[in-house]
Amino acid sequence: MATYSTNEFKAGLKVMLDGDPASIVENEFVKPGKGQAFNRVRIRNLKTGRTIERTFKSGETIEAADVVDMEMQYLYNDGQFWHFMNPESYEQLAADKNAVGDNAKWMKEQDVCIITLWNGVPLVVEPPNTVTLKIVETDPGLRGDTSGGGGKPATLETGAVVRVPLFIQNGETIKVNTRTGEYISRA
Amino acid sequence: MLSDGSGDWQPTAALDILKLRARILERIRAFFFERGVLEVETPILSSAATTDPALASLSTRYTGPLFPHGQTLYLHTSPEFPMKRLLAAGAGSIYQICKVFRDGESGRLHNPEFTMLEWYRVGFDHHRLMDETGELVMQLLASSLSLQAPEKLTYREAFIRHAGLDPHRATAEEFARAARDHHIDVPRRLRGHDDLAAWRDLLLTHLVEPGLGQGRLTFIHDYPAAQASLARVQPGDPPLAARFELYLNGVELANGFHELADANEQRTRFERQLHARTVAGLSAVPMDAHLLAALTHGMPDCAGVALGIDRLVMLAAGARSIAEVIPFPIDRA
Repeated sequence: MATYSTNEFKAGLKVMLDGDPASIVENEFVKPGKGQAFNRVRIRNLKTGRTIERTFKSGETIEAADVVDMEMQYLYNDGQFWHFMNPESYEQLAADKNAVGDNAKWMKEQDVCIITLWNGVPLVVEPPNTVTLKIVETDPGLRGDTSGGGGKPATLETGAVVRVPLFIQNGETIKVNTRTGEYISRA
Repeated sequence: MLSDGSGDWQPTAALDILKLRARILERIRAFFFERGVLEVETPILSSAATTDPALASLSTRYTGPLFPHGQTLYLHTSPEFPMKRLLAAGAGSIYQICKVFRDGESGRLHNPEFTMLEWYRVGFDHHRLMDETGELVMQLLASSLSLQAPEKLTYREAFIRHAGLDPHRATAEEFARAARDHHIDVPRRLRGHDDLAAWRDLLLTHLVEPGLGQGRLTFIHDYPAAQASLARVQPGDPPLAARFELYLNGVELANGFHELADANEQRTRFERQLHARTVAGLSAVPMDAHLLAALTHGMPDCAGVALGIDRLVMLAAGARSIAEVIPFPIDRA
């Protein structure tokens, strides 16, 4: 069983916490000048997505999680699973709804996603930070508006709804930040 | 190592902050010059090390004339022992600004080497030294922060105010309950253990410290005798250590003592700490025989304090981490 000591703690480290794989979000070393050292850690459970705080006495160890991040190309959805392919080995695998979660609304065929695998099974699917998607429905706006203030809802080809400036029209392709869900620009 | 093309050669501190740092050092020297306190320098390398189980010394090796077969030397964690030898030799009140070294300490408020101001005042007790420390720090921060007059709290008062318990009387179960009540996660290695010093440190770091020094300097004094370090212990129930710490914005800035001057008591504490190191599986280190000899000779009644310059600059600059006030932290050293 691989383990990590508190000295190895850093953001992004994958560990086992209460039987679930988890990722360290933030690690803070605290120590009174003449006292006991602790590591105060914010840690995200990768199955539930919940972030909690944990404290370790410096020098304690924690079990490593057999978790790897892989870049894979999204192929298609069969109604139940999302299918991905490793662009180098052509190996394919399927992720379920738990792994994809709300990110389903950004998933477009051919886009390269980050798949977090735990013991070989997809745990989390992260779309690219920026996606380029076509607008399938939005109200006609005023052509003169270029301020970007206000805006209107637009439904994208993947089903996501984002606010876009009034000058953006049906059928246009736009760039969206998937982390914030915000419109960036015309593509 | 060849360049990897990254920006790691660059300082992590802005040049404006380095200028502020230089001004602060200048003003510290002026403060002590005006008060007739002598600047001294003592060796960074020592054949002895601190025995404190909470401190880990780095070590190196000298080989050459005097030591043809090599000699292990420890990098000091504070200049305390040689400065006390100077006091015993009759130097009078003295100060030093130097780099000190601590293994295992790196983080937002820690770097394994950092700059310490340490000074000793002959004839002062810890209360008079707290007052002087307050004057110095208020002067140094005057142009950066507007602070109310400093406050003094006993260690007990600070715990009652911020953790709701008496740190001298509480049992491990009571510390555990206070942690639970304040949603503090208890480390696995502390659960079910009655290491009271570790319980106090857990609540101190997680609950008490964040509330200290808000808008004013807070001095904490009268520590549990078990955490006396090198302070005198005043007998009583409970016995209290004549030790103090200074906090601002929840950050520990300084640690001071009414200095233990009794050579026998000092030897007993060294031996107790060496035993605690063995129990904790830490390396055995040589105790400082020169210090014991100096105390046997006689050290004048005095109080001493060590103040972290990097953290002081951080607070003056409004910085969040020590890397913002030192040019090259350990990962760029």
